[in-house]
Order: sequence, then structure tokens, then C-alpha cells
Amino acid sequence: MDMELTGAEILIRCLQEEGVEYVFGYPGGAVLNIYDELFKQTKVKHVLVRHEQGAVHAADGYSRSSKKVGVALVTSGPGVTNAVTGIATAYMDSVPMVIITGQVPTAAIGQDAFQECDTVGITRPCVKHNFLVKNVADVAVTMKKAFYLATSGRPGPVLVDIPKDVSQHKAEWNYPKTISLRSYNPVTRGHAGQIKKAVQLLLEAKRPMVYSGGGVILNDASDALTRLVRLLGFPCTNTLMGLGGFPGTDPQFTGMLGMHGTYESNMAMQNCDVLFAVGARFDDRVIGNPAHFYRADRKIIHIDIDPSSISKRVKVDVPIVGYVGDVLEEMVKLVESSPSRPDPAALKAWWGQIKEWQRKDCLRYDKASKLIKPQYVVEKLYELTGGDAFVTSDVGQHQMWVAQYYKFEKPRRWINSGGLGTMGFGLPAAMGVQLANSKANVVCVTGEASIQMCIQELSTCKQYHLPIKIVNLNNRYMGMVRQWQEFFYGNRYAESYMDALPDFVKLAEAYGHVGIKVEHPRDVEGALREAFARKERLVFLDFITDQTENVFPMVPGGKGLTEMILAEEL
Amino acid sequence: MRHILSILVENEAGALSRISGLFSARGYNIESLTVAPTEDPTMSRMTIVTSGSDDVIEQITKQLNKLVEVVKVVDLTEGNHIERELMLVKVRAAGKDRDEMKRLADIFRGRILDVTDKSYTIELTGTGQKLDAFLQAIEPGVILETVRTGASGIGRGERILRI
Repeated sequence: MDMELTGAEILIRCLQEEGVEYVFGYPGGAVLNIYDELFKQTKVKHVLVRHEQGAVHAADGYSRSSKKVGVALVTSGPGVTNAVTGIATAYMDSVPMVIITGQVPTAAIGQDAFQECDTVGITRPCVKHNFLVKNVADVAVTMKKAFYLATSGRPGPVLVDIPKDVSQHKAEWNYPKTISLRSYNPVTRGHAGQIKKAVQLLLEAKRPMVYSGGGVILNDASDALTRLVRLLGFPCTNTLMGLGGFPGTDPQFTGMLGMHGTYESNMAMQNCDVLFAVGARFDDRVIGNPAHFYRADRKIIHIDIDPSSISKRVKVDVPIVGYVGDVLEEMVKLVESSPSRPDPAALKAWWGQIKEWQRKDCLRYDKASKLIKPQYVVEKLYELTGGDAFVTSDVGQHQMWVAQYYKFEKPRRWINSGGLGTMGFGLPAAMGVQLANSKANVVCVTGEASIQMCIQELSTCKQYHLPIKIVNLNNRYMGMVRQWQEFFYGNRYAESYMDALPDFVKLAEAYGHVGIKVEHPRDVEGALREAFARKERLVFLDFITDQTENVFPMVPGGKGLTEMILAEEL
Repeated sequence: MRHILSILVENEAGALSRISGLFSARGYNIESLTVAPTEDPTMSRMTIVTSGSDDVIEQITKQLNKLVEVVKVVDLTEGNHIERELMLVKVRAAGKDRDEMKRLADIFRGRILDVTDKSYTIELTGTGQKLDAFLQAIEPGVILETVRTGASGIGRGERILRI
């Protein structure tokens, strides 16, 4: 007879089978059986966070920086509701994760039991899929499905809800090697005819623009993208999620685009004759007002794994559904074997135009200031790390400054919450990144408002000796809120001032870390150097920055992509 | 424009709420929704009547296809199709109205399923428009109660929706 195991044992074995290295979690009543089994083995390591939101963000950062599936484990009820922000964050950015949640025993479901909530109902709109496992015999196959769904097609978080009695009951251990679902067959191979058409269009382009997004990172397609763009000699921009997909120092790179994109990228997006969108979804922060975007006459090619991303906000001429990496590889082959090349004279004229836009120097800022300019801190950080650190961020001005001033050379180095825009993401995400890349420099660039949303995770960092460098751009304001209030609400700074701030140096020390306060521009570089020299320690760098600094360029909400506010115009 | 979407979906707990949740979350409109298992009990067939521009209908179809439990989606209104809805209507049928009500039910090919000395319960099938027409043909005052299933649809001729 085959081995009979409890649901909890089966679950842990599934994780082992899937090669899961770390589970980020927090115990509680409904997951006690599972924690007991975790305790009895050593293969799967558990990272105890201080709040369930941190567990999911950590699993998320782990996944984004390592290509592996992030796994989180939380208890029923409040464990789940605390995790929801993390799950929604991962969903918006298509991060492959499996979230295991405890549930009250099956007999108690629907009885308003202690720590009961309708987990599957609450999380339904923010997961790729979710399961409530009511029978122990289904645990293994459900876990197999969860990992398969999380990683195939457009990736995303999958949640498995396991009632306490199911983790206790016994069933035969049998983990399927492969799985297929008749209702789930994502199109993964781009249509050959469409790919040919796209290449033809690219070769005939006179004013081409390549616009790539998070899909290139998720599908590990940056090598293919880089080769294709260099082969064609086209300008290339990245979305916030796509940074590092094309090398940030490449002369063909025009910087990020969108609401806080560079002048040249946004102008080229609007004025190109062929737009090549790769694993990007034309969202509101990227193209601004769609009606304005439409005014320009251009042909659009769009590669995406998700058919529903195509022609959702902008009609496209050549849609290609499939894995971007494979499609790009095929395109490289087609271009290489084609005798024709884009018209060099036209391309030269187009580059001339782009260079003219670049002369606006839209990212310049006051370098002589006596106050610490946040941009300066990011530039110094970039110089000292050679563009090779893993950088996480929270949400707001500091996030935009990293996106603008840190030139990401490689994919999976830039870890931020682009879709949901979750403050509190940076520190716990950095924990996952550091665990996945133990030797690497991991930096969390944050602000004094964001960092306080998950500051409790400093304790987790201590427990697991995670030598993260926290760069706190402390301007005593929710900077992006303040910026909007300055521009659009007549300088009425409603509730955006951060009063009663803690002494971050003392706070870091209280958690057992090193804290350094920096108040003068001349001390910025030294402080960063000192932080990186302390390889074994978490260092909290509290930079007191210019309170009035704004992020430029800026496309105001509802405006067209070229209707930018530049620094000099204010 | 009005569209009738036919959907094959895994007959699993939660599938219906995923679909209805998709419509409410993305602001799509549902005029009617019917669902029941097919001859294969592991699968259900759903008919959703919705409306929207071509772009919206395209998005609805794509978003439905994205749901893991959805097996197939077809827009019946793209081709020839048959659409039927069932209505049960209880009407006052007393005095001089009684004969008139019977005649009207006959004209609309309705069947009287239940009779009391004061009322008839009439069963009527047809397109939504036909059922509307019947309700308009009788005096509003005599309608005691109506219940409608919403439309079910199937393609004409060789058009078949199955896996």
C-alpha cells in the first residue's frame, strides 16, 4: 500500500517537489498543522515576518529578483486580510506566487467561526486563480495546479485555501509530474504570419520607436530585445516596470517614458511612425490621455502574452499574442536573414530629431544647492554600485527619482510596485531580494512616509541578518501628494506633512541596526560608502532632503503625453 | 449593441461568481444570465445577454477567456442563432377577462399551466421581444406576477459550441 500522509505533510512535500527554498509567513490557529510539519523538516526554510503584508511582499521581491515562484503562508481571517495588499500588488505586476492560507475547519465554514473569512471571495478579484481545498485527496493536485497556473501564460499569484481539518486528514501521497487543464490553454507561440508582418513594418519604418515593459523582464526576454534593437538601430524606451529590460547606459536608450518619463521618450512616442510595444500595456501612466495619443498617425505593433492587454486602451495594427522572448528571437532571425534594412537616411534624420529633444536635458536639477537634492543621492548611489545593485522602492517621488536617475543595466534589478502603487512594499520586498541574492548589494530607496508603513520588518531583517541598505529620502512630506497639491490644489497641503517623525537613527538602533543621519550634500557620498562598507549590517541612511523638490518632467493626469511640465517652466 | 454570449465553463463552485464578479469589477452590463449543467455534468453552459460597443464586447470576450475555469466563449450574435426565453405569468382571469385572456394566450402560443376561478398561470416561450409583446398586449392591471428565465441561445445549423 502506498504511503498515507496528512494534508500538512503533503503540502510540505509539494513545496519540496517544487524546489521551494523559502516560505515567508506568519503562524496562526488554522495553519498550526502546516507549521508543525515545517518544523519537522529542513529543506524548506521559513522566514518569520512581523506582519502578513510583509510576508507577501517578501515572497514577491524574492520572485521578481530570482525568476522563482514566491511562496507565502498565512493563517485564516486577519492573516488573509493583512495579506490582501501584498496579493493585489503581485497581481497588478503579474508576479508568479503561490499563497497558502489556513481556513477554519470545513464544518465551521459559513458559521462565522473565530478567525473565519471568505478567503476565496475576498481574494478572487486580485489573484490569477484561487482554490478552496475541501478534500485532503485534492491537496497535491491543487498545489501542482497552483504552481502551473502561477508560472504559465501571464504569470500571477495563485491562492490555495486549506481548512484545518484538511491539513490534518490523511491521503495517499501522489504528486503529479505534469498537469493540464482543459479550460486553460494560454496562447504562447506568436503567429508566424503576424511576426513577419511586424518585421516588414519595422524594416520600412522611418521614425521607429521601441517601447518595452514588464513583460520583457518577466519572460526573461531582455537579451533578445537588446539584440533586436541594436540590430535595427532604433531608439528604445522602457516603462517603469520594464527598466533594465534594455541596458540603461546604451546610447539607443532614451530613458523611461510616461507621466514622469523623459522629454525625448515621450516626444518620440508621439511622433514616431511605427511604434513597437513589447510586453507593455499602454496604461494611463504611460500614454496619458488616449484621445491625445490617437491624434498622431502611426502604426502600432504589440506583443503581449495576454490577449486582453491588446487593443484594451489603444487600438493596434499588428497584434502578436505569445511569449515575448520567443517572438523576439524569431524577429531577430527574420531581420538577420533579410536583405533589407531600415532606410539609413531616414533613421539618421530621426535620431537627429531625438538628439534635439535630448538637448532639453529634462532631468537636470540644481547641483549647487546647499540642501541635499534627492536626485543627487540616487545619482551617487548609482555611481557607487555601478548600476548593478538590486534596488527596491516604495511609492512616490523617491520611486520616480530612482527610475529616472539609476541606470539599470540588467533585468530583475529594479523591484517596485508599479501597478498597484503600494507604499510599504520596499523594505519587505528587499528582504526577499536579499534572501534570493545573498551576496548582492540590496538597497531599499524609500521615503519617510512609505517606510513607516512596513517598518516592523526591520525586526525580521535583524533575525535573518539581512544587510539591506535603506536609503530614506526624508523630505518630511508625502512628496508626491505634496507635489500634486502644489500644482493642482493651490498649495493647500492637506494632510501631506509628516509630523512627529521618529528619530530614524535611534529607531534603526533600537531594532539592532546601524543608523546614519545625513544633512549636507558633501556627506552624501561618504555615508553611502560607509553603508556599503558595513557588509554584514543593515544600515538605515536618513537623508534630510530638500522639501520643495518636485519630479520633472510631469504629464498632468488627463493630459497628452507631450503636454509635459518641465522644471524650467515653473 | 445587444450581444448574446454563450459560455462553456467548468461546473465548479465559484465559477459563477468569478464571471459575475468580472462583469461588476470592470463595469460591464448584464441584461440576463442563465446557467445550468450540460449533458456532461462536469461542465455548465451559460448564456449572458450584454450590451456594449464592439470594443467593449471584444474586451468582455477576452476577459472571460482569461478566467481559468472558462472553457469556451462564443458570441452567438455574430451569426445565425436561436434565442429562447421562458416566462411564467400569473394574470387575473375573472368575468369578461377570462375568455379574452385565454384567447390572447392562444395567439401567443402560450399554455395555461394552472387555473383558479380568478386567475390563470400562463407559460410562454420565445424571444425576449415576444414576451415583452405579450405583456404589452394585456392590461397592466391584470398582471399579478411574472417570472422570466433570461435568454438561452444556440447557433443555427452546423454551428456547435462544445469542447
